[in-house]
Amino acid sequence: MTDQTAYNFAYLDEQTKRMIRRAILKGVAIPGYQVPFASREMPMPYGWGTGGVQVTSACLVPEDRLKVIDQGADDTTNAVSIRRFFQRTAGIEVTEATADATVIQTRHRIPETPLTEGQILVYQVPIPEPLRFLEPRETETRKMHELEDYGLMHVKLYEDISRHGQIATAYDYPVKVEGRYVMDPSPIPKFDNPKLGGNAAIQLFGAGREQRIYALPPYTQAISLDFDDYPFTASKADHACDLCGAPDSYLDEVITDDQGSRMFVCSDTDFCGSRRAAGHIGPMGTPSAGG
Amino acid sequence: MYVAVKGGEKAIDAAHAWLAEERRGDTSVAELSVAQIREQLALAVNRVMAEGSLYDPDLAALAIKQARGDLIEAIFLIRAYRTTLPRLGASTPVETAQMAMCRRISATFKDLPGGQILGPTFDYTHRLLDFKLAAEGEVPTAPTAPASLDAVPHVTAMLNRDGLIQTEAEGNDTPPDLTREPMELPTTRPLRLQAITRGDEGFILSMAYSTQRGYGRTHAFVGELRIGTVAVEMDIPELGFSVEIGEVELTECETVNQFKGSKTEPPQFTRGYGLVFGQTERKAIAMSLVDRALRWKELGEDNTGAPAQDEEFVLMHADNIQATGFLEHIKLPHYVDFQAELELVRKLRREALAHGEAAE
Repeated sequence: MTDQTAYNFAYLDEQTKRMIRRAILKGVAIPGYQVPFASREMPMPYGWGTGGVQVTSACLVPEDRLKVIDQGADDTTNAVSIRRFFQRTAGIEVTEATADATVIQTRHRIPETPLTEGQILVYQVPIPEPLRFLEPRETETRKMHELEDYGLMHVKLYEDISRHGQIATAYDYPVKVEGRYVMDPSPIPKFDNPKLGGNAAIQLFGAGREQRIYALPPYTQAISLDFDDYPFTASKADHACDLCGAPDSYLDEVITDDQGSRMFVCSDTDFCGSRRAAGHIGPMGTPSAGG
Repeated sequence: MYVAVKGGEKAIDAAHAWLAEERRGDTSVAELSVAQIREQLALAVNRVMAEGSLYDPDLAALAIKQARGDLIEAIFLIRAYRTTLPRLGASTPVETAQMAMCRRISATFKDLPGGQILGPTFDYTHRLLDFKLAAEGEVPTAPTAPASLDAVPHVTAMLNRDGLIQTEAEGNDTPPDLTREPMELPTTRPLRLQAITRGDEGFILSMAYSTQRGYGRTHAFVGELRIGTVAVEMDIPELGFSVEIGEVELTECETVNQFKGSKTEPPQFTRGYGLVFGQTERKAIAMSLVDRALRWKELGEDNTGAPAQDEEFVLMHADNIQATGFLEHIKLPHYVDFQAELELVRKLRREALAHGEAAE
C-alpha cells in the first residue's frame, strides 16, 4: 500500500476540501438545488460512493466519529471499504452505533434510530437528477428546474396511477423541498422518505460522477410527491423482524433454503443488534447482538 | 438458526491477498519489471498516460503491472494518483510545429516540405504472427539517417496561405480545466478537446467510425499526422522568462474536411483536431473526426441528430473511468431497493390477479 503520510487528512488536499465546502454551503443555502462541483477522481470507482466520500472528507474533523452503512448495514463490503479508507487516511474514530456517530455516510438507507442535532448524514447518490429518466439531457433538466416546470414528473406519476392503480415507484421516490425544488433522495426505499423532512440532522447528498452536491438543512420540509386522492404511503414488508421482533423497521428478505423458506430481518444492523442486546428477541433471534 | 452475514472485512482481506497472488502468476516464471513494461509495452503505457491524463511512463508502467494488464484499471490507478498531485503552474502552449518527429505523414499531398516520414508504424506490416518473437531472438538494428533539425510547418498552415482552409480563432484565454471545474453544458471547443483526449479510445474510435459511415458525415482527409517530442516550457515569474522543464511525446492529427459553405461561411476546407500523449495515432485520428463532427453548430451545418454531433451524449459518455465505475457498481448490494421492488411487484400482482378473478 502507498505511504499514508503522503496524503492530507482525510485524503483530499485543503484547497479541494474548501471547494467542496463552498458547494455544500451553497447547497445548504438553497435546499434541494443541485450545485455543480469539480468532483475529483478518488481511489475508489465512480458509482461506489465517490460523491459521498468527497463530502465526508470535506466535513470530517479529527474529533469526529464516523459510521458508514450500505443497505443499512455496517458490515457490507463497500461500507467496510469506505470506513477503512477514512480510518487509514484520517485516523478518526469509527462506530457502528447511530447515536454515537457525528458523521454517518450511507448508501440506500436512513438509519432507524432518529438522528439528532449536530449529526451529519452523507448520502451516496448515483443519479442526482430526479427528472433524468423522463428527460436524459442535463441542459433540459436544468432548465426545467429553473422554471419550476415539474409537469413531466406529475404526468409520470399520473400515468402510473392510471396503469397500475398506484404510483409504481418503490425507491428513489422524489420529494419536493420547501415548495420549490424537486429532489432525488438517492435510492432509499420510499419507507425512508418521511425521515427526510423535518430531520434534526444535516443531510448532505454527494454525486461524484455526476459532479453534483445538494443538501437538506435541519428541519427542512421535504414532501414526497403525490396526489390528494392518491396520497403517498411509506411501505415495507408486512412482517416483524425475525431476529429482534421490531414491527416498524425496514426489512430485508433472506432466502433460507431452496424450498421457498424465507425470513425477514432488519436492514439496519445497528438498530437490530441494540434491540436484541436490550432483550427484544424475535422468533428466530438470539440475545447476542453479534448475530 | 440463522446467522446474519458477517465478516466483510475478513473477506476483503482474503480477496486482496488472492488477487496479489494471481497478479504475480506462476512464480517459476520470471517477474516482469516496470522497466520491461515501459520499454516493451510502450503503446499500452501511452494509452494509460493519455487516458490517465498524466505524462509519466514509469508510473503508467507500474499501473499496468499492478492492474494485471487491465488498461482501464491502470488508467484508474493513474487518475486516482493524479488527483493528489499539487498544481505548480501551467506550461506555455507546446509548439507542435517545432516537434522533433519520428513520424509524419500527409494523406492530402504526395510530397511536401519536411517530407513524409513513415517512422515506427504497423502500417504495411503483414499481420502474420511472428514466431521468432516466441523464441526471444535479438532484433536486427534498423538503418538510420541523419535527423533534420529544421522546423517542419503544418500542412494546414500551408493550405491556409491560400485561404482555402478556415482560420482558427486565436485567443489568450486560459482554457477551462475539466479536472478542476465541473463540466457545464454547452461547453467550448477547448473543453471538448480535453474531454476527448482523455476519453476512452474505444468509445472515441466508434464515434469517429460512425461519422465515416454516415452518422454526421464530415468527409475527413488526414491532412497531417505527426508524432514526436516537443519541449515543455514554463514561465518562471522570478526569472521573467520561460525555461524548458522537460519534453513530452505527442501525436497530433489535423484533418481537412470538405465544406460546401453555409449561411455564415464561404466554401472552404475546415479542420478537425486531435492531440494525444504518446504514440497514439488511432486515438488522435479518431479524436479529430469527433472534434470536427461536434463543430456543426459553429460552422452553421445541419444537426442530423447523429450521436457524434451530440456534445452532451459524447462528452457525458466518453470517460471510461466514470463509465466502468458506474457500470460495475451494480455488483454492489441492492437488497434494500430490490426488497422495495419485490413488495411493489407482489402488491401489483395481487391486485392484477384479484382484478382478473373479479372480471371472470
